[in-house]
Amino acid sequence: MNLPIPTSSIGGLLCAAVFGLIFGVLLQKARVAEYDVIVNFFRLRDMTVLKVMLTAIVVGGIGVALMMTAGWLEGYHIKGTKLLGLVLGSALFGVGMVLYGYCPGTGVAAIATGSLHALVGFAGMLVGGIAYAFSYSWIDANILGVGDYGKVRLTELTGIPEFAWWALLALGAAACFTWLERSARSVGSTGHQG
Amino acid sequence: MEQSTTAPLSENPNPLCRRAWSPYVAGAGIGILSILVFLVVNKPLGMSTEISKLSGWATAIFTGSEAVSENAYWSQKKPAFGYSTVFLLATFAGAMLSAKLGGTFRWEKVPGVWRERFGPSAGKRMVGAFLGGVIILFGARLAGGCTSGHGISGTLQLALSGWIFFAVMFLSGIATAKLMFRNPSNPN
Repeated sequence: MNLPIPTSSIGGLLCAAVFGLIFGVLLQKARVAEYDVIVNFFRLRDMTVLKVMLTAIVVGGIGVALMMTAGWLEGYHIKGTKLLGLVLGSALFGVGMVLYGYCPGTGVAAIATGSLHALVGFAGMLVGGIAYAFSYSWIDANILGVGDYGKVRLTELTGIPEFAWWALLALGAAACFTWLERSARSVGSTGHQG
Repeated sequence: MEQSTTAPLSENPNPLCRRAWSPYVAGAGIGILSILVFLVVNKPLGMSTEISKLSGWATAIFTGSEAVSENAYWSQKKPAFGYSTVFLLATFAGAMLSAKLGGTFRWEKVPGVWRERFGPSAGKRMVGAFLGGVIILFGARLAGGCTSGHGISGTLQLALSGWIFFAVMFLSGIATAKLMFRNPSNPN
């Protein structure tokens, strides 16, 4: 079998089905498709979201870096850094995430677990998408060009090599998790709740 | 294994039938999945682009497809059935399967944390969720990605954009939560 499989082929669509199924199961089992878990993360009362994301980043990042070194991947898929749009968009995203209680992916998963307000929020997302599409020309002309640094990786920006970044991130995550688990144990039953 | 004070992991030998997994196990799973997706179809994980394509479909119902295909945004991100559409539908199916097997599926109008702060009104919560949805997708498109595309796929490739997204979204979310959940009678 030749990799990568073209995404427009039947095989590609089959992969989308398998990967999507797994993604949905993982989001639900990670409990990040629950409003209370997401919102309590931003209230700094439940660190589930941080544990899930940091673990995913470190495991996935080391894996991708290794496969890159082995020459199994064609290249990175880096999104450009269009600074003004990125900062404004990310700031709005944070506001929306607390108000909605989900992000786009976990919102889709939450609807599937019976969350009716997640479904209403999905309709809101469609409206947000429409609003963006109709203001795109203006945004493209006035915002997206401001501070466009192109596709930059932290390794290029800092001069710190790939393996050092991952050693740093893995150690940082391990220290963070150890501390979280220790404080959770000493505090006992307070902290997060189901 | 986390010393969980949250929903206890039940003893069912089939992991799919458990209510929840350790966040580290599930997180590692998402990491491994993103490696696989990279390797097999040479794509990052993503969700918000597909949702904005769906909004193109929704618009076409009212304006006709011509107006949509002439739109400056949708002419670049063409609303068409494809890999990402299947991925979104399958994510939905996977989460439903997982919730049904784990016994956590339930119809929810007003979640607990919202109820504590804003009361039991479903209407209020629906307005909040709708507005939140509008803001989050507009923000995701402006930023060029969401928690999947920037927050996981971007950061794990050490993309500067992904880490900026992560940091700004995190700070903005904390500030928003502080404002929204400030107890008016007992501010702290």
